[in-house]
Amino acid sequence: MSSDHFIEFRNVSFAYGERPILKNISLTIPRGKLVAIMGGSGSGKTTMLRLIAGQIPPSAGQVLVDGRDVAAMNHAELFEHRRRMGMLFQFGALFTDLSVGDNVAFPIREHTRLPESMIHDLVIMKLAAVGLRGTQALMPAELSGGMARRVALARAIALDPQLMLYDEPFTGLDPISLGVIAHLIKKLNDALGTTSIMVTHDVHKSLDIVDYVYFVSNGEIVADGTPEDIRSSPSPWVHQFMWGEADGPVHFAYPASTSLQQDLGLKGSQHD
Amino acid sequence: MTELLLSPLRRLGHSTINAIWRLGFITRFLLAILRYSGQSLLRFNLTIREIYFAGVMSVIIVVVSGLFVGMVLGLQGYNTLSRFGSADALGALVALSLLRELGPVLAALLFSSRAGSAMTAEIGLMKATEQLDAMSVMAVNPIARVVAPRFWAGVISMPILAAMFNVMGIFGGYLIGVVMIGLDSGTFWSQMQNNVDLHYDVINGLIKSLCFGIVVTLIAVFEGYDATPTAAGVSAATTRTVVTSALVILAVDFVLTAFMF
Amino acid sequence: MKRSTIDLWVGLFVAIGIAAVVFLSLKVANLTPQSADQTYTLYADFDNIGGLKVKAPIKEAGVVVGRVAAIQLDTKTYRARVTLNLEKQYTFSRDASAEILTAGLLGEQYIGLLQGGDPDELKPGEHITLTSSALVLEQLIGKFMTSFTGGNNKNSASAAQ
Ligand SMILES: Nc1ncnc2c1ncn2[C@@H]1O[C@H](COP(=O)(O)OP(=O)(O)OP(=O)(O)O)[C@@H](O)[C@H]1O
Ligand SMILES: [Mg+2]
Repeated sequence: MSSDHFIEFRNVSFAYGERPILKNISLTIPRGKLVAIMGGSGSGKTTMLRLIAGQIPPSAGQVLVDGRDVAAMNHAELFEHRRRMGMLFQFGALFTDLSVGDNVAFPIREHTRLPESMIHDLVIMKLAAVGLRGTQALMPAELSGGMARRVALARAIALDPQLMLYDEPFTGLDPISLGVIAHLIKKLNDALGTTSIMVTHDVHKSLDIVDYVYFVSNGEIVADGTPEDIRSSPSPWVHQFMWGEADGPVHFAYPASTSLQQDLGLKGSQHD
Repeated sequence: MTELLLSPLRRLGHSTINAIWRLGFITRFLLAILRYSGQSLLRFNLTIREIYFAGVMSVIIVVVSGLFVGMVLGLQGYNTLSRFGSADALGALVALSLLRELGPVLAALLFSSRAGSAMTAEIGLMKATEQLDAMSVMAVNPIARVVAPRFWAGVISMPILAAMFNVMGIFGGYLIGVVMIGLDSGTFWSQMQNNVDLHYDVINGLIKSLCFGIVVTLIAVFEGYDATPTAAGVSAATTRTVVTSALVILAVDFVLTAFMF
Repeated sequence: MKRSTIDLWVGLFVAIGIAAVVFLSLKVANLTPQSADQTYTLYADFDNIGGLKVKAPIKEAGVVVGRVAAIQLDTKTYRARVTLNLEKQYTFSRDASAEILTAGLLGEQYIGLLQGGDPDELKPGEHITLTSSALVLEQLIGKFMTSFTGGNNKNSASAAQ
């Protein structure tokens, strides 16, 4: 039945305290596919990745990975699940007390008993893949933002995971590195059969490489389809997002409870 | 009117519940540290690294402070003792004050503000920059990998630092009493030796500093781990580490002294 | 920072720490290996021990030869029974005497032993019979006052009894 659906969201809702972030989301991601999640800032994309990683439990519904409910996993199962998963954090999250080489070697050292010489070679290979061979000895503080994201990417793929979660892999990259990284993500997916979920704002680049796209807005899926479907989609959401228009169904502004005039004290009605 | 009376009571109740809740939380945290300590003891180089940052880096401040405290003890002790014609007991006075109280307590206070605050800030920043999240997503328990080695490093370093403080303090007392004031060196040492007992004074002092090491490091790693993951949160947590440690050191010192001496 | 450098510093740190503890034990606390098999026990009963404390030194000719191990009240005689732990290398004759002395005018009290001439030695567990009590300052002053006023001083020597 759902065996070829590696990831499945079943009526998932999530709220931080009183504030609902995700509302009744259902989606499936087949094994070995590269899927993009797009949506405005604060629409809950990172939250979806955190649900898959088991960092937070849904307030309703289930998140299934390979048929198993992540929230119901015990300690050992969650450990297994995470060992086979790689995650690129939105802000890199490199270990600032370790050098670049040690950062990339970290998951290898923690989870395998490989000899140090082999770890050394693996680290060089992974760094070469993101175009940063020769930076092993640098400390994270000595890297630029884009370099740090690429090191984080090298660390995330260090153990050749079955499931990769990329949180905005393209931000802070110049067009050339962006092309290389996009190609690398695609290659990982094809060559290793990794199932990949990519949160991104870069519509045009990602439409070139992904198999399927979900558009999220206000905690709901508003559109989905293959890149061809999306390009020809009549959906106003998709249209607004692809062309970066300020007016449309997506509200640029955070849903504030007071009006701008009130905040600026122009009406002066809501002082307390 | 009743509200005026009730609201302070309510606040008191609230902060009491809060304090108890935190105490329970910190106890569970300690249990978690102990439970996941296997790795930090098996891969001991993780702990060695932290001993370097917590212990070795605190040596200078501890040694210099110890020397000065000993010299002050020498001066004040001589002034007071010589009024009663018993300046000969200076060695005993210096050694006993240091071994029983000043060494463990002052070394712990210095350690908490030098190394404890650094631990809190480091762990808090790792949390704020999602490094701890990244670690647990890589199926590595941050308590085992980050917290436990720091905890053990603190527990190991503290008695060593206190012993260094004591030795430097006694040396400071010797400098003042014997070298500067001109008391007899033999009397200085023999008075000390006659009055200092290995078990009663030296070992109890070491046990004290071990206890301080446990509470100070526990507070430091807990505050870091529990910090609000923002710049303001980390700085508040660092302040809390120093303040709480100072209070807890003195309170624990009172309890231990009541039991030991 | 290289790993080997860190190891070196930490090794040095721990070594100095151990040296500090050894210094505190040997030079400050004067740890002499005083386990049970290197000492033996004698007893001495005193009428009044004054301010004598457990662990007070026992001196012969000014040399510390042992320490007070325990102080109890003998409920039959109502005298203080002091247990003396003496180092094995020092033995005392049967007519040795023990006396409670004060270091300086107000200093701490210790037991002074005085070797006798008897060729027989005291064996572990035996009693030193010749003892003299601590000088209690108030009694001393009292004695002085009564003798000064020329009053009866016949019972003052046994005041403590
Ligand atoms: N720890 C938290 N506590 C409370 N609210 C949170 C927390 N983390 C995120 N949120 C809220 O959840 C909402 C969704 O956050 P999320 O990080 O998933 O957004 P996102 O889609 O990844 O946005 P971006 O594209 O800017 O990264 C945001 O509005 C944010 O305010
Ligand atoms: Mg995000």
